[in-house]
Amino acid sequence: MEIKGKARYERQIILKNFGLAGQQKLFAAKVLVIGAGGLGCPILQYLAAAGVGTLGIVDNDVVELSNLHRQILYSVADIGRLKADCAAEKLSLFNPDIQVISYPLELSNQNAALILSKFDLVIDGSDNFPTRYMVNDACALLNLPLVYGALSESEGQVAIFNVSDASGRKVNYRDIFPNPPQPGEVLNCSEAGVLGVLPGIIGTMQASEAIKLISGTGEPLINQMLIYNINNNQTYKINLTAANQEQNNAPADLDAFLRMDYSWFCGIRTGAPEIQEVSPGEFREIMFDDEFELIDVRELAELPAASFEHVRVPLSEIRKKIPAIAKDKIVLFCHSGVRSVIAGELLQEAYPDKEFYSLKGGILRLN
Amino acid sequence: MKVEILLFGRLTELLGQSHLQLEDMADTDAVTERLLDQYPALQHISYEIAVNQEVIHGNKPLTDGMTVALMPPFSGG
Repeated sequence: MEIKGKARYERQIILKNFGLAGQQKLFAAKVLVIGAGGLGCPILQYLAAAGVGTLGIVDNDVVELSNLHRQILYSVADIGRLKADCAAEKLSLFNPDIQVISYPLELSNQNAALILSKFDLVIDGSDNFPTRYMVNDACALLNLPLVYGALSESEGQVAIFNVSDASGRKVNYRDIFPNPPQPGEVLNCSEAGVLGVLPGIIGTMQASEAIKLISGTGEPLINQMLIYNINNNQTYKINLTAANQEQNNAPADLDAFLRMDYSWFCGIRTGAPEIQEVSPGEFREIMFDDEFELIDVRELAELPAASFEHVRVPLSEIRKKIPAIAKDKIVLFCHSGVRSVIAGELLQEAYPDKEFYSLKGGILRLN
Repeated sequence: MKVEILLFGRLTELLGQSHLQLEDMADTDAVTERLLDQYPALQHISYEIAVNQEVIHGNKPLTDGMTVALMPPFSGG
């Protein structure tokens, strides 16, 4: 295959171990990036720059102002636009010699196999457990290499799954984490916060692993997981081995995959008991109503502090011991409105006669 | 028998340290039990374990000087 715009890649073609052969492999490669957010932006930018011939982008989110401190592919003028379309447009301008395909849709187990099978490598830059487990399972069943990356507040994990090492062994995400955590237990970036450079570092590592894997250079993280800490610059590498089928809970075939409910699997319950949500506007009125008790279920050190009268009972405490509650009407709130619903469900079960509400969108939406 | 425990993610925050040492640990189950005893908050956080930089599946016997890493899953992206 002839490489379009070859001069652009001269600096890496002259690399001894990379060469024209490495560049040709990149140009022939089809890579799908799940999520065009904190991890997805640097992954896409560096892969487009490196000359990966076909890039797919799956994301159904729109650009928000609070994305821009880490998603530096976008600008203020892009706020409100679909990330997948916006990223595809910018990358095509940046490198017109590659093909960029936008999938501005919600990836589900119903459409995943169809989309993923059009590519020969998948990179996970998603931000939630249901998507991570689903993408992992789809890649395992379709035998597609998966470059995994994920963040907590100040750490990142990077690994390559579904690629056999010299002895023919391969592993996937479920060989490390067979059981998903309960909702609200692990905070995502919008709840816990993150320095903008961390997804930049981890996303760039994922791009680097993908380039090494495709070009056949260096020592990619096959059957290994790297943990990087931005605070002290420590890295820790773990060797991965396969768990047996009973231990890893994975769907056995594509039929079983199609029958999976990944939200349910990750503990997200949409059935009863339902907790009614109140809008920020309604909440502002309730704030001064003595009938209501307002409870902040965030962990104790979390910011911003609420400026109105309230009590603090962290979700982690509610899980341990149901607290005593004086009033009969209670509005729970947290950072983004996820944990307050979980807390509400736990409390509603314990106090069936009281009325529990959750602040929709959390304290973020109050100001 | 002394083993070194390495903590990652939110575990560092929950236990207020990034590593600690534990005495008389025969296996990894003993480690999780002892830690749960000392830090009840661990009941509500899931994590997986690597011994000497290798992920384990099930309980694993420990010998003096081994390193046990406790790794919670991350979701952020």
